[in-house]
Amino acid sequence: MRSLPALLIVVIPIAAQVPYQRLRNAGAEPGNWLTYSGNYGSHRYSPLAQIAAANAHRLKPAWVYQVQAPGKVQTTPLVIDGVMYLTEPASDVTALDTRSGRTLWKYKRPMPKGVRGCCGQVNRGVAALDDLLFVGTYDAHLVALDSRSGQVRWDVAVADPNLGHSITAAPLAVKDKIIVGIAGGEYGVRGFVDAYEAKTGRRAWRFWTIPAPGEPGHETWAGESWKTGAATTWVTGSFDPDLNLIYWGTGNPGPDWNGEGRRGDNLYSDSLLALDADTGKLKWHFQFTPHDVHDWDSTEVPVLADGVVRGEKRKLVLFGNRNAFYYVLDRQSGQFLVGKQFARQTWAQGLDDSGRPIRLPNTAPTVEGTRVYPSVPGATNWFSPSYSPRANLFFVAARDEGGIYFRGESEYKPGAQFNAGGFRNLPGEEPSGAVRALHPTTGELKWEFKLHSPPWAGLLSTAGGLVFGGTNEGDFFALDAQTGKLLWRFQTGGAIVSNPIAYLSEGRQQVAIAAGSAIFSFALEQ
Amino acid sequence: MIRSAALIFFSALVAAAQVDPDYVIPKENPHASPDDLQRGQRLFLGHCASCHGPAGEGGRGASLARPRLPRAPDDPALFKVIRDGLPGTEMPAAWVMINREIWQVAAYVRTLGRVAEERLSGDRGRGEAIYRGKGNCVQCHSITGHGGAFGPELTEIGSRRSATYLRAALLEPDSAVPEGFLQVRLTARDGRRLTAIRLNEDTFTIQIRDLASGILSFRKQDLKELLKDWGKSPMPGVRGALSDAEVADLVAYLAFLRGAK
Repeated sequence: MRSLPALLIVVIPIAAQVPYQRLRNAGAEPGNWLTYSGNYGSHRYSPLAQIAAANAHRLKPAWVYQVQAPGKVQTTPLVIDGVMYLTEPASDVTALDTRSGRTLWKYKRPMPKGVRGCCGQVNRGVAALDDLLFVGTYDAHLVALDSRSGQVRWDVAVADPNLGHSITAAPLAVKDKIIVGIAGGEYGVRGFVDAYEAKTGRRAWRFWTIPAPGEPGHETWAGESWKTGAATTWVTGSFDPDLNLIYWGTGNPGPDWNGEGRRGDNLYSDSLLALDADTGKLKWHFQFTPHDVHDWDSTEVPVLADGVVRGEKRKLVLFGNRNAFYYVLDRQSGQFLVGKQFARQTWAQGLDDSGRPIRLPNTAPTVEGTRVYPSVPGATNWFSPSYSPRANLFFVAARDEGGIYFRGESEYKPGAQFNAGGFRNLPGEEPSGAVRALHPTTGELKWEFKLHSPPWAGLLSTAGGLVFGGTNEGDFFALDAQTGKLLWRFQTGGAIVSNPIAYLSEGRQQVAIAAGSAIFSFALEQ
Repeated sequence: MIRSAALIFFSALVAAAQVDPDYVIPKENPHASPDDLQRGQRLFLGHCASCHGPAGEGGRGASLARPRLPRAPDDPALFKVIRDGLPGTEMPAAWVMINREIWQVAAYVRTLGRVAEERLSGDRGRGEAIYRGKGNCVQCHSITGHGGAFGPELTEIGSRRSATYLRAALLEPDSAVPEGFLQVRLTARDGRRLTAIRLNEDTFTIQIRDLASGILSFRKQDLKELLKDWGKSPMPGVRGALSDAEVADLVAYLAFLRGAK
């Protein structure tokens, strides 16, 4: 009995307060994971170094949380002051005690009939600001929850789910606003990026990703095609507080596989946007794949880092694109600096001096089918890259896979799929993947670690000199960041379609990942 | 397992490919003009021919070159088979096509019925005796749970594969390697050499079924060499071992296997 009081002293702080300054200085508190990508620069890098090459073989599961809701788990959890906040399908939020993996509270949101989306009712995480958590829902609402209890503070409709809108990305908290991207690129919606006042839920600004008549770029859409041109914004972007710019990727133009009705470059589809954080005004854009007919969304995570390019120190955006090229842009001006192929592709001869692809003939989809690398899921996808300032390397989970692309017909009907074609796998070929380490300012391959199949899991690098990643076959693994050598692995029993994070629990470093229908948190065996 | 990566994405899209609940399927094909037929043929070549053959003669998929399709006796039924697929079989739903395109394919499929249907000349009773005896098929294949596990299960093979395909598979096994039966050759660090069927594989391990040893599992780091024989069937061809008449008998027997009645 005498030891009982000591056991009860373990107290979880119940009012996590995350003012903007904490988000801005996320690197100063490596024990927490405060934003979707770990910091505003989206490095998905942990300054924690307890787990390192010499001891990674001692990693063991500290706890496993079994997700209650059916469906695919793609969440990146946040960890704030001893509490982990994660999302479950379709748009539920769960708070866990990081010491035990035990549940503290749940927010459950039943989905109304009529919600629809291309690729499953998934959610990739929450944002935190002050005493609130923010979740974008599959029925296209933005909801603010009290982080102590999961009680709803406010709930606003972002867009009409009956037209195919949904939200799957984690929002991004920037100063006093919550930035939200929208999905629905297979339904002929018109994409946008929204900002909401965190305290009230009032919309502060909206940037339409397809210019209206009279706006610059509108001329890149034939006829009325701009109204159904998609260019959605379904993955969380990045923020540079000094430049006050938000960086956000945009998706494919619609319909996906037949560009006949939308002749032109189709701005701002498949682009990176730099938006003023206060007004949503476009500062610059860079389009990776003009007039895309392969569904190669540029909704990958933009990584902000500084580096020397051609002798000049610059503020950069590093971008591994679904179209199989790695890009380095100047993040003040959007100027294209470097482009290099990082995965197998057969559609472009290369990039010209402005970064525009030089297309090869006979690569567009046809009625009979056209064989092209990469496949529709692309050379990489929404899952996160990682940038290690310590190793000065950019890590990307790359997919070497081709596909057969079909051009079909399209008839826009509100709320119905608007694809005009499709794809299938190459028969008789087993695609593969790799974790690739690239020099950040040249794109030069430093090493690769081959994977049996093209991955759907993001990467985490750490100050311990490690890179964590996952496989479709359920292996969670650690590589040496300098060499790519395998140091540790664990078979989780479920496909890993998510991103890893790192945090401290009771002073001990843990690494967590969603795999199958569970969250695994690993720590060194004591 | 093999396609797990693509499946994660593909199955999601398929699940979401929405059948318009308001669409009333007309009794007759509304898109059967010569232009529709031409486009239907192009769509068929792209989407259907890899299983049903370019002239619908059958292969991995059923023969469509017959006057009456058992699962699609009329146009609305044919439309539904193409649009929705056949659950429990390898026939997928045509998520890629809109209704007009489905009708165009259906129109083309109807023209295939003008090709003469293949007749089976063999005797299925004699074929069964060859299956169990001289052919030694039971060593690797099973029917209703009886037989070996090295090769594909054959209980319903007659409803899933055409006679043309079955004959080709017997005479030229490499022309018809079944999905999920990849032959691998591996050399372990201890010197063992094995030719086997892959059961499962990931980045770090492989599990195989060996005819002599049964199921084995290896860490890839314990292998000196791992070769994958894409397009190579472990089944010995029967050419030379069986006469033409015996092959016809065996085909007649296999084509008759259509599952538990």
